[in-house]
Amino acid sequence: MSALAPAPGATHAAVLGIGAYRPERLVPNSEVVDAIDSSDEWIQQRSGIRTRRWAGPEESVQMMSVAASRIAIERAGLDARQIDCVIVATVSHLLQTPAVATAIAHELGTEQAAAFDISAACAGFCHGIAMASDLVRGGSARYVLVIGVERLTDILDLTDRGTAFIFADGAGAAVVGPSDTPGIAPVVWGSDGEQFDLIRQREDWRDVVGSDDRPGSGVMPHLVMQGNPVFRWASFAMAKIGQQALDRAGVSLDDLDVFVPHQANMRIIDAMARSMKLPEHVRIARDIADQGNTSAASIPLALDRMIEEGEARSGDTALLIAFGAGLAYAAQVITIP
Amino acid sequence: MATTEEIRADLAEIVNEVAGIDADDVQLDKSFVDDLDVDSLSMVEVVVAAEEKFGVTIPDDEVKNLKTVGDAVAFIERAQD
Repeated sequence: MSALAPAPGATHAAVLGIGAYRPERLVPNSEVVDAIDSSDEWIQQRSGIRTRRWAGPEESVQMMSVAASRIAIERAGLDARQIDCVIVATVSHLLQTPAVATAIAHELGTEQAAAFDISAACAGFCHGIAMASDLVRGGSARYVLVIGVERLTDILDLTDRGTAFIFADGAGAAVVGPSDTPGIAPVVWGSDGEQFDLIRQREDWRDVVGSDDRPGSGVMPHLVMQGNPVFRWASFAMAKIGQQALDRAGVSLDDLDVFVPHQANMRIIDAMARSMKLPEHVRIARDIADQGNTSAASIPLALDRMIEEGEARSGDTALLIAFGAGLAYAAQVITIP
Repeated sequence: MATTEEIRADLAEIVNEVAGIDADDVQLDKSFVDDLDVDSLSMVEVVVAAEEKFGVTIPDDEVKNLKTVGDAVAFIERAQD
């Protein structure tokens, strides 16, 4: 048996830069209420959403990803040629193969970086950060670009009262690389497939196309969600996962500066904060109010905004927690770059 | 064993914490939705907090039957027996 060469990994990994792309078009509640027989007041009360951003025809998954990534790479002080792995978390890139990550890696000008997509829905970004940290520490990559991107309007049923006002479009990106000190704490993640049906694509593609003996629906398979059970799971079960992530990082609530939960619904964010008994000084991401729920993109978008607005400062300790369809979840503590 | 009034008072405290409603307004004859303006999401929060506080399980199917504070207190009393 030959002795194999070990992978020369970094001792520690950290998030080095974050970037975001928000679609141009801002859509107020007044534009979505008629199709779901609702009101601005009802939507705000149920979700905290006032406006959301919906992508135009030019704002593709790839275009938004590249725009967010260029900013993240520049803020990390790097050149695209130094990125050697690209991970894209998305559920709304409708060309199933090849992975959109390969086209993004090429357009950015990487030197044939490893590139692949992951499917963990709203939990995708934190899955990506966990993998990126391990890839850097394991020696498989030096600088990993993690992108969370969605064009959920493509799979949104504008007449569905449970989802039409919630979901939106956008992209966020983060560069993970080697660091002198730990900047990404161990992930706490998992799944609960017993609740597979709570948030899902309504139909399999084969049901859309149909077969000789069974006609297809011919309708895009939209997202569906059971709001109240999701609310219960997200607000309470996930608050416990957030606490576990703090414990694994060795960070107390008193030491926490910033809380960036997936921007699912303002009511979930508030309930989680109450359930976790977050102290007053912890600054909480509330990007959903004018961005909507962008699934895999929501955490980097919210983080980017907090950094831009000075609510999250370099060196701050932030808890990220992402959760969604699967049900899948992932949480980790990071240091703000 | 907690009395009906003790359960009502504890539940009132939970409703106050979750929905910001004056605990004195949370009386047995009050409807969560019509009188106290507790919507279905707040109701989920109240139920989870009540489960922890009273050591009971309130199934999702049961929640829709808990229209008044009295219904909830009666359910908790039965569940604690």
